Amino acid sequence: MKSSWRRALASLGLALALAAGAHAQTTLRIGLAEDPDVLDPTLARSFVGRIVFSALCDKLFDIDEKLAIVPQLAQSYQWAPDNKALTIRLRPGVTFHDGEKLDAAAVKYSLERHKTMPGSNRRGELAPLASVDVVDPMTVRLNLSAPFSPLLAQLADRAGMIVSPKAAQAEGDKFGAHPVCAGPYKFVERIAQDRIVLERYANYWNKDAVHIDRIVYLPIPDSTVRLANLRSGQLDFIERVAPSDVAQLKGDARFKLTKITEIGYQGITINVGKSERATQNPLGRDPRVREAFELALDRDGIVQVVMDGEADVGNQWVAPTNPFYAKNVPIPKRNVERAKALLKEAGVANPSFTLMTPTTADAQRIAQVVQAMAREAGFDVKIQSTEFATSLDQADKGQFDAYVLAWSGRADPDGNIFSFDACKQPLNYAGYCKPDVDELLKRSRTTLDTNERRTLYADLAAVVLKDRPIVYLYHRHWLWAYTNKLDGLRPIPDGLVRVTGVRFK
Amino acid sequence: MAAYLFRRIAQIVPTLLFASILIFGLQQLLPGDPAMVLAGEERDPAVIAHLRETMHLDRPFPVRYLYWLGGVVHGDLGESLRMQQPVRKLIADKLPVTLELASIAIVIALVIGIPAGIVSAVRRGTGWDYAANLFALWGLSTPNFWLGIMLILLFSVTLGWLPASGYVSPHEDLRANLAAMIMPAFVLGNAIAAVLMRHTRSAMLQVLSSDYVRTARAKGVRERDVVLKHALRNALIPVITLGALEFGTLLSGAVLTEQVFTIPGFGKLIVDAVFNRDYAVVQGVVLFTATAYIVLNLVADVLYAVANPRLRTR
Repeated sequence: MKSSWRRALASLGLALALAAGAHAQTTLRIGLAEDPDVLDPTLARSFVGRIVFSALCDKLFDIDEKLAIVPQLAQSYQWAPDNKALTIRLRPGVTFHDGEKLDAAAVKYSLERHKTMPGSNRRGELAPLASVDVVDPMTVRLNLSAPFSPLLAQLADRAGMIVSPKAAQAEGDKFGAHPVCAGPYKFVERIAQDRIVLERYANYWNKDAVHIDRIVYLPIPDSTVRLANLRSGQLDFIERVAPSDVAQLKGDARFKLTKITEIGYQGITINVGKSERATQNPLGRDPRVREAFELALDRDGIVQVVMDGEADVGNQWVAPTNPFYAKNVPIPKRNVERAKALLKEAGVANPSFTLMTPTTADAQRIAQVVQAMAREAGFDVKIQSTEFATSLDQADKGQFDAYVLAWSGRADPDGNIFSFDACKQPLNYAGYCKPDVDELLKRSRTTLDTNERRTLYADLAAVVLKDRPIVYLYHRHWLWAYTNKLDGLRPIPDGLVRVTGVRFK
Repeated sequence: MAAYLFRRIAQIVPTLLFASILIFGLQQLLPGDPAMVLAGEERDPAVIAHLRETMHLDRPFPVRYLYWLGGVVHGDLGESLRMQQPVRKLIADKLPVTLELASIAIVIALVIGIPAGIVSAVRRGTGWDYAANLFALWGLSTPNFWLGIMLILLFSVTLGWLPASGYVSPHEDLRANLAAMIMPAFVLGNAIAAVLMRHTRSAMLQVLSSDYVRTARAKGVRERDVVLKHALRNALIPVITLGALEFGTLLSGAVLTEQVFTIPGFGKLIVDAVFNRDYAVVQGVVLFTATAYIVLNLVADVLYAVANPRLRTR
């Protein structure tokens, strides 16, 4: 009798201990502003997709809060003396979500897949990569056709994501439907336009830093509805909070708000040589008219009206806080008198041009504020609202005078300027082309020394910012709002949510 | 009868063919290069060239059309380049969601609209009538997206009773499914309830003043039975026809509501596809809808012919 009581008590105690030990399943629900495109690092092309990738696919390198490159799947690296080869020593003991080993052969496979797969969006990013050698099972050497300073930054983004060769070979171009990588979370399911579910990978190389069991990403395009979901407790985290909602969130102790200045920019691209139209319009034809246009703008005013103050004003392809910001060309102050004088000098007191703008609310507001400000200097700005896909097509064909366009930004400054200002590049909607600028841009790519690169960017700024193929306006704040129970979020300037280290308090 | 049926089905083929040309042709008129949109921010020329090849955009229009038609005839509606899923699967996934939403909405509309119409007809000129008319006016003039956001703020943010948006499959969790559906369905149903209320009211008023109702009252039938048994049955015929028509409109008209409540249904599928220039999805969805309409028309015609033999010889 006595022993059966004891046994009962013992089993009760055991049950209680088990119940306390078995931790409750934790799920982090993240509200995204868009539905990501295909989840294949080679084919992927959207910003929002990179948010999901940062939990799913580890990269050779990552960037930190100060935009410095830090190793992730790499353990160490070394440039060859001529800077034409990069040797990477890989982190030992890393496995993919299917249990396969991540070794030099896998890295070679992934990089070659980026280079050769039809439709690859990484080919351009890895253009100078000529070949990949397996030095030993844990070491690869990347051979370049010429020194390429943005390489590490490229390998800290999708081009540096390593996929499981076994899964990629089996799935072919359908790999994105069941991606298998080496990130902290593995793919569970995706319901198009509804949700993406990831689950903690038990054998992750840095598993001690992973504290949450499941992540569910829910695309909710409307910012009001996204916020309502956070406030009603259906979401734990939302990205891209509308600047107009910041005030109401600040007054609510249940939530925290994080602001990060983006690595991209918002600007106005001017057709200076894309088509005949550039020569027909004083704005495209005469740099003095463009200078007058910039002087007519009050950037602080634009940021207040368009972004409710949630952006940093800027006049370059990188933000003033960036290490590569060219201090020799500071943000010009608004000067309507000087603008008028310049227009007089150019012989066009009242130049007229069309400002094409996508139909998003931000872009529309920019166009209206710019129109009002420029009018004071004598400009007659006609706003042409055009649906985004159509506006891109028109920009590509040079059927525009000026175009409100944003860029999400890349960690290396090269990613914010080369494609836009080098002759005949795909994103050079302005049609800007100058041999000396091309030369400087090329040199900034082949020089690995940071100080030397800074000098080159200062030289570039002195020329390009005077020619004004793009008038840069501001750098938006990535606004994150989340429950105050969430801890460990790191504000990295690329605006991607890194889930490693994040936990519920 | 068999000859009639055969003739009617044979007539469908050219109609569908014509519809397919129209769908394909109109799509090509959309400004903007789909390859450029799909290529993403970088717009790598090699990627654009690859996408153009995949979508046969490098071929002339008639060739592209024949490629597409060839697939359609074999039951292949193509593949969404953005989502990398067959269009057929997307339709099969999304259609039930919108059908459920529309069904709940129509039930809500009937439950509110018909009783309100009856009450306002029977109590014509009283406070009940004015209240019902006020409700109808409100229902007709409130924009769906505004009402949606107000409901979210009240029931999700302030009271915390319902989820603010999203969708849960009924197979997964019926309760959660209904909780997610009730607000969007009410938003959709509310506007239709107003229309149904107005029609029920005028139909009831007409019937209540007819001779047979007066006869029924003269026989001493209870007022309640006069209204519900004698008058309502006749008054409901046009209302039911209208309800069925509204249901059809709901399937295509749930676009805005699906956007506000982030319901992954048919409306959201096509709107996103248009903005992303996902040609295969737009073509597939529109062709599916057109076919559904044509087939339903055929069914209706055949039913008429069954009911009325004179039609068969025409």
